[in-house]
Amino acid sequence: MAVEFVRPKIPKFAPDPWAIQFDDKGRLRHLLTIEGLGPQWITRILDTAEGFVSVTDREIKKVPLLRGRTVVNLFFESSTRTRTTFELAAKRLSADVLNLNLATSATKKGESLLDTLHNIEAMQADMFVIRHEESGAAHFIARHVAPHVSVLNAGDGWHSHPTQALLDAFTVRRHKGDFAPLRIAIVGDVRHSRVARSQMHVFNSLNVGELRVIAPRTLLPTDVEKLGVRVFHDMREGLKDVDVIIMLRLQRERMESGLLPSEEEFYRLYGLTEEKLGWAKPDAIVMHPGPANRGVEIESTVADGPQSVILEQVSNGIGVRMAVMSLCMSASATGDASTTPP
Amino acid sequence: MTQTDRPLPVDTAIARLVDQVRASLAQGDLDDPLVVGIHTGGVWVANALHRALDCQEPLGRLNITFYRDDFRTLGLHPQVSPSDLSVDVDGRDIILVDDVLFTGRTVRAAMNELFDYGRPRRIALAVLYQRNGRELPICADWLGQELELGDNEQIHVDGPEPMTARIVINEET
Repeated sequence: MAVEFVRPKIPKFAPDPWAIQFDDKGRLRHLLTIEGLGPQWITRILDTAEGFVSVTDREIKKVPLLRGRTVVNLFFESSTRTRTTFELAAKRLSADVLNLNLATSATKKGESLLDTLHNIEAMQADMFVIRHEESGAAHFIARHVAPHVSVLNAGDGWHSHPTQALLDAFTVRRHKGDFAPLRIAIVGDVRHSRVARSQMHVFNSLNVGELRVIAPRTLLPTDVEKLGVRVFHDMREGLKDVDVIIMLRLQRERMESGLLPSEEEFYRLYGLTEEKLGWAKPDAIVMHPGPANRGVEIESTVADGPQSVILEQVSNGIGVRMAVMSLCMSASATGDASTTPP
Repeated sequence: MTQTDRPLPVDTAIARLVDQVRASLAQGDLDDPLVVGIHTGGVWVANALHRALDCQEPLGRLNITFYRDDFRTLGLHPQVSPSDLSVDVDGRDIILVDDVLFTGRTVRAAMNELFDYGRPRRIALAVLYQRNGRELPICADWLGQELELGDNEQIHVDGPEPMTARIVINEET
């Protein structure tokens, strides 16, 4: 039943577009996309997150790891959940955090992205967390930052949202253990979803048994099969024997562009109702990256129901982001771990 | 560089450590202590102590990765498993256990972590091997064996079952 994962072919002499994520010693320095991480780094991030999640259950929810470091949240696009969990993650690592809401400031006054960047760098920042409406913005910034600065992608355009995909994988692993026997279905607006794209890479890297997408043709990217998924257009067929259902947010602006006839029809065909949930395995878990539109892609009683792990995803997001931040900050370590005794 | 090994007797060291802790408990030095081991070797020693003392509460495990003082130079250490301290440490007497006491930095990190769980009444330190080379004002309350070693010598403890220990000597050729 396993799906064959077609890896994109990179021309041999072209520079690896993902190589920029690693330093010259092969340590993770930036997290821009899931591609190029491979199962080992993904597993290391998830294992590290396991340790940080246990920290958040304690009386004092802070560890001193990033004391004296400055993390700057650069949000060119609005976000509540992602920005606050990144902020909380940095604070729980004892870093100083600066939140810049650039959707409303500098760039609107005509400053270029690079000028904004260099100004903040001059404030001795050690890490940038970037959300931008343009695909590739985090890559661009990573190419231009000072050598000691790490860049984390918190969502760029339609391209990628790696920490969301990692926290989803973490949540699935906590509930289901091994990925090999699992069937996971991603449902809804796959075409415009950076989350879906990152999830496909993460679950295929972890060798999930079968990855499905369920959506109307107009909400799927062309050649989506090449990303290693089985495509369904019907919920009853697509949800059969599924262990994990991931609902995506339907972006209402798509309605106006004529990709969908109406919200009501989308809900009737693809909205996750209790009835449709019954078509999946009885112990299937329901996930949603948020913010959820109740009555558009998910029924309220399902979102709040016993199979929903939506709020758990939010809590896990803190531990996973703590793991990514501390691993990326390790890249600026000056010594060589292999030669020094513990 | 050549490497030679000299085995260390583990069972006698553990027996000596257990005897000392027992004697202290009999004198009433500690009140209903909680045993907490430091990952990885310390947990193995703590396990032996926990069994021998017949403690009722579960063994605590500390992974001090997030409290090390060498993050800036070495980065994040690959972790073994998360800390696990299910019992409230507030107002409790704690026996902190490690396999080797060398620079004292691990014990400092472990104490810092313990205080993030609560405020213990007292922390006492039990180690299987104590060697020279302290960089902080820390010493063990009970120890299995004391060793005077050169800069080129290191103690390695392997486990968990059976637990073995050896001195590794690195010599220039």
